[in-house]
Amino acid sequence: MKGRVVSEPEQPAQAQRPEWQLRLYVAGATAKSVAALANLRRLCETHLAGRYEIEVIDLLVNPKLAAGDQILAVPTLVRKFPEPIRKIIGDLSNEERVLVGLDVKAVAR
Amino acid sequence: MTKEANGAGLAKAPTGIDGLDEITAGGLPRGRPTLVIGGPGCGKTMLAAEFIVQGATRFGEPGVFMMFEETADELAANVRSLGFDLDELVRKNLVALDHVHVERSEIEETGQYDLEGLFIRLAHAIDSVGAKRVALDTLEALFSGLSDHAVLRAELRRLFRWLKDRGMTAVITAERGAETLTRFGLEEYVADCVLCLDHRVQDQVSTRRLRVVKYRGSLHGTNEYPFLIGPRGILVLPITSLRLDHDAPTGRVPTGIAGLDEMLDGKGFYRDSSVLLSGAPGTGKSSIAARLAEAACQRGERALIFSYEESAGQLVRNMRSIGTDLERWTKQGLLRIYSSRPTLQGLEQHLVLMYEAVREFQPSLVVVDPISNLTLHADDAGLKPTLMRLIDFLKQSHVTAVYTSLVSDAGEAIADTEIGVSSLMDAWLLLSNLQANGERTRALQVIKARGMPHSNQVREFVFSERGIDLVDVYVEGGRALTGRARAGAQSARAAAPGALGAGRNR
Repeated sequence: MKGRVVSEPEQPAQAQRPEWQLRLYVAGATAKSVAALANLRRLCETHLAGRYEIEVIDLLVNPKLAAGDQILAVPTLVRKFPEPIRKIIGDLSNEERVLVGLDVKAVAR
Repeated sequence: MTKEANGAGLAKAPTGIDGLDEITAGGLPRGRPTLVIGGPGCGKTMLAAEFIVQGATRFGEPGVFMMFEETADELAANVRSLGFDLDELVRKNLVALDHVHVERSEIEETGQYDLEGLFIRLAHAIDSVGAKRVALDTLEALFSGLSDHAVLRAELRRLFRWLKDRGMTAVITAERGAETLTRFGLEEYVADCVLCLDHRVQDQVSTRRLRVVKYRGSLHGTNEYPFLIGPRGILVLPITSLRLDHDAPTGRVPTGIAGLDEMLDGKGFYRDSSVLLSGAPGTGKSSIAARLAEAACQRGERALIFSYEESAGQLVRNMRSIGTDLERWTKQGLLRIYSSRPTLQGLEQHLVLMYEAVREFQPSLVVVDPISNLTLHADDAGLKPTLMRLIDFLKQSHVTAVYTSLVSDAGEAIADTEIGVSSLMDAWLLLSNLQANGERTRALQVIKARGMPHSNQVREFVFSERGIDLVDVYVEGGRALTGRARAGAQSARAAAPGALGAGRNR
C-alpha cells in the first residue's frame, strides 16, 4: 500500500480542495487495512461522490505521523474536514456506523 | 538489550531512587515490565518519571515516557518540582515523551481493529533515543477510551510481550482496584514485579508507603516502607530492625560536661551509642543535649539537632543564657538545627526527613529533642517500630545519638513512660527535680551505661552563664546535701578547714 496521497479518479481538477478530506491510517497492507480502504471508497462513492479526497498514511512508512493525529488503533479514519475532526476506528465494515461517525447525513443533506 | 547475567540470578536495573534499590536488592527486573499500583495521588507518576530520569542521567539508559493522562508539558512541570529538567533531557535526546490522548467521545468504533498504532508510536519513540527503559502512565486510560475490551486485553498482552522481546525495562502504572490488585486486572499480564504505593491519612496526618507485593525470582523486603516525595525526588526509608549487627566501637565521646564524664568512667559515652536523656519538664534535658552538640562542634565534628519543641532561634537564644553558643557553630557550618512541629507530618515522614538530613550532612552526633512527642498518640501501634528504625538507622550511620524524652516527675514506673525505647538505649541519664528545704535542685543520675563502670550517685547539677556543672556530692551526717544546704555547709567548712571530710566520690 502506498504511503502517499491517493487521488481519487473522480476528483475535479481544480485548485480548491474538496469539501470532504479524509485520512486513513493503516499499518501495512493487512486484511483490516485493505478492507477498510475498500469499504471507505465504496461509501464515499455512494454518498460523497466528487466531493471527497482520501489520503492513506501507512504508519510503517511514516511512524512519526501517528502522534500528530493521536493514532492508537489501526485502521483509523480521520475526518480532517469538515471540522471538527472526527475519528472512526476499525475496518469500517458497518456502513451505517461510519456514516454516523462521519456525520455524513447531517452535513451532506 | 542483552539479557545479562542470566545464570547468576535476575539482572536488575537500578531505579536510582534512594531506598527502593535497597528494598529490591538492586532495582527492578531488567528487561521486564514492573507494575506500580496505587490510588490517585499516591506518587505513581513520580516514581515512573524518576525511574526514567535517573536511568537517562545516571545509568546511561535513555528512556521513553508514554503518558495517557497528562500532557508532556504537565509532566515536565510536575517533575520539575523534584528537581528534574525533563525538557533538557528531551533536547539531549536522552528521553522521549509521547502523550497519548484517548477520548471516547471523539472515537467511533466499527469493525475490527488493533492497537498497532500504539506499538508504532512506542517503537518510534524507543528508536529515536535508543531507549532501554519505558514508562507507561497510566495504561488504563485505554479502558475508558475504547469500548472493545476483548481487543484491548489481547493487545495489552501483546504489548507486554513485545516490551519483553525488545528487552525494555518497563514501569507500568495502574489504579488500584477494589477486589483485584488493579482496576482492570493488569497484574494478569505483568507478573514479574509489582510495587504498591499507598497514601494514608490517619488522624489528619498523611503518610506515603511503598510495598513490594511480589518480585519473581528475587529476594525483596516485604514490609511497608514509608516514602517521601521530596525536593530531590522520591526517598524510600528502607531501614528495618531485622538485623542486629552494628559494630561496637570502643572510642569514647566526651560529653563536654566534666562531672558527667567522670560519672561515665571518666571518658564519656561510647562513640555511635544511643543515649537517652529523660526527665520531667524543666530538668534541663534540652540544655544538656545542646551542650553535647556544642562539645562535638568544639572537637571539630559535625552535629545535627532536630528540635521539635523550640525553633532554631529560640534554642540558640536559650542556650546562650547558659553559656552554650550554638550560633557560632551554625555559622561555621558544623552545626545544623532542624525545627518543625511534630504534628506537621506523620512520624514516619519525620523519620524520612531525618534520614535525608543525616545522609546529607553526615554528622557525628545527632540530637533528637524530644522523641517523646514525635507523635500525638502515645498509643500509636507504629510508634515503637518506627523509633526502633530511627535508632537503628542512626547507629548504622555511625552517629552518636542523643534522644531526650519527657517523663512525669512522679518517679514511679519510669520504664513505662519511656515508650519502650529505653531497652534499645546504650546509656540512659535520668534528670530529676529534688525538692527539699523549700527549694528545688536539679539532679542527674546514670541509670545505665552499657559496657562501662559508671557512677551510681545522684548528682546535683547547676546551670550558670558559664555552662553546666555537676556539683560535688556533699555528704554530711550520712546525707547528701543539695542546693542551699550544701552551699551553706560548704562555706562553713571553708571557714573551718578540716572539720568535715567531703564525701567525694569518683
